[in-house]
Amino acid sequence: MSTVNRMTFSPALEARFAKLLTIYPTGRQRSAVVPMLLYAQDEVGCVNQEVIEEVARRCGVTPLQVDEVIGYYSMLHRKPLGKFHVQVCTNIACQAVGAESLWDHAREALKLKNKEVSADGLISLEEVECMGACSWAPAIQINYDFHHFVTNGDFDKLIASLRDGSYGKKAS
Amino acid sequence: MAIKYNDPHPLEVKVISQRFQMANSASIDTYLATEGYDGLKKAITMTPEAIIDTLKASNLRGRGGAGFPTGMKWSFVPRTTGKPTYIICNSDESEPGTCKDRLLMEKDPHQMIEGMVIAGFTIKSNKGYIFIRGEYRYLIDIVDKAIEEAYKKGFLGKNILGSGWDFDLYTHTGAGAYECGEESALLESLEGKRGIPRLKPPFPAVVGAFQSPTILNNCETFASVPVIFRKGAEWYSNLGIPKSGGTRLTCVSGHVNRPGVYEIPLGFPMMKLINEICGGIRNGKKLKAVIPGGSSSPVLKADECVDLTLDFDALAKAKTMAGSGGLVILDEDTDIVAVAMRTIQFYAHESCGWCIPCREGTTWLKKILVRFHEGGGVQSDIDLIGELAANMLGRTFCPLGDAAAMPIGAFVAKFRDEFEAKLKQSRATKKSPDLVVV
Repeated sequence: MSTVNRMTFSPALEARFAKLLTIYPTGRQRSAVVPMLLYAQDEVGCVNQEVIEEVARRCGVTPLQVDEVIGYYSMLHRKPLGKFHVQVCTNIACQAVGAESLWDHAREALKLKNKEVSADGLISLEEVECMGACSWAPAIQINYDFHHFVTNGDFDKLIASLRDGSYGKKAS
Repeated sequence: MAIKYNDPHPLEVKVISQRFQMANSASIDTYLATEGYDGLKKAITMTPEAIIDTLKASNLRGRGGAGFPTGMKWSFVPRTTGKPTYIICNSDESEPGTCKDRLLMEKDPHQMIEGMVIAGFTIKSNKGYIFIRGEYRYLIDIVDKAIEEAYKKGFLGKNILGSGWDFDLYTHTGAGAYECGEESALLESLEGKRGIPRLKPPFPAVVGAFQSPTILNNCETFASVPVIFRKGAEWYSNLGIPKSGGTRLTCVSGHVNRPGVYEIPLGFPMMKLINEICGGIRNGKKLKAVIPGGSSSPVLKADECVDLTLDFDALAKAKTMAGSGGLVILDEDTDIVAVAMRTIQFYAHESCGWCIPCREGTTWLKKILVRFHEGGGVQSDIDLIGELAANMLGRTFCPLGDAAAMPIGAFVAKFRDEFEAKLKQSRATKKSPDLVVV
């Protein structure tokens, strides 16, 4: 197996990866597979074949060993998500306080089905399982940002801010 | 970006959440100004046996779900195998209804770190990992920063507090899998594999991370350790009730006026939590049911909750469990069939597929419950749901199968009338005759 990196990431991510390969016991670099895949996806947009082969090379495992891991973890995606991945929780705590109607509203407002990406690649939508915001439900995540007590109106404002580029630039 | 949380309540007993409202609560300066790392300073002067005895006397029990006595768990770890040993923190919080570890790491990560360092010192481990679920990506940065601060102050790294003992600590991320909250699946995931649970025994205490002896506890459990050494086992134990010491974070969600994460002593009355701390059921409605310890715990009807206290033994006696401390409160308008359906959809999604009773059981329960909820149910479904759930219980490789079967069995057993009513309604509205089931 070649030790030459064929794919390079941003300097910050390269530094993170270099550290990752040192934190596990000797000979246990396979441990870095899942974190590396997730962090690479954050930068590349998905875990495509190139990422799979690169992670395999760096961790000293076969691409197949990386590939089989991807199928297990729901956050790892083989195709690019939208620039903003909108995740609506509908599990029981959110369900109790209106997540089903929020989920209906989200699909209607975005004209997207579950796991679809908008034509311009800006927004993708997913119905997700419990994200750990039960006491502040209903909750959504946009990429990794949590939004609590989300009403349909809040949702529309958030989406508008994604579209006009103001998202994250002011406190929501 | 400012995230909105609930306000604290005067009836709370704030021990591990005492810093949550402070400015810069996550920084080591805040932590040190409020007796942070004093527990470690005490523990590091003690023998491993004395540390374990202190933990046993504190009656601290695992906060992840099982409620196993922490001191006992630590005592099972062999300390003379010559193998390296590991300390693993389970921050893969994903039991529906539970959102406390997230707050603990966001608001006070040093508490968890200090607990892990004490665990490390106890078994002279040199390495620890904090397994954080992938969705909590922002917490990786917060916890990494806290780890860096702890290194700078000499609470991590070489020769900690002059003891001659070294300990390194790292974060590790999952990537979306409920199953990885099960300890042996978590260890597989930590090794870069699919999170398929391991056959037990051997338990992680003996053969854990990287095939070595391991202390593996929930985030809140580790966060509860420092104060026990700072204020004493007796003080901590007396906060709670006999056999269940201390306080815990309860995550209340659903139909209450003030849902939130609140810290209460073990043995706190459930209705006091619902009516006083959480301000009662919203919109003046009546209570119908409580799911008391995350979605895996069997539901309780309102009348079963009247004199119930929130602790491991009282809830076990009521044939449910304190679990992860996530209470979902459901009012009189709740459609129990819909809750049961959503619950099983979750478990079917999260079943890893490794063992047949879980993979097939959750899938078929889901199919039947979805059809039933959508108005296509038949009379025999109600018993079938109960039987399927009963046949999964105790027959799956890991607790996920039980976690799916227990709540579904309870929904049907306790709210059979709602299933019957749903069926009646389906029959009345359906144009086609009932399916014939042979």
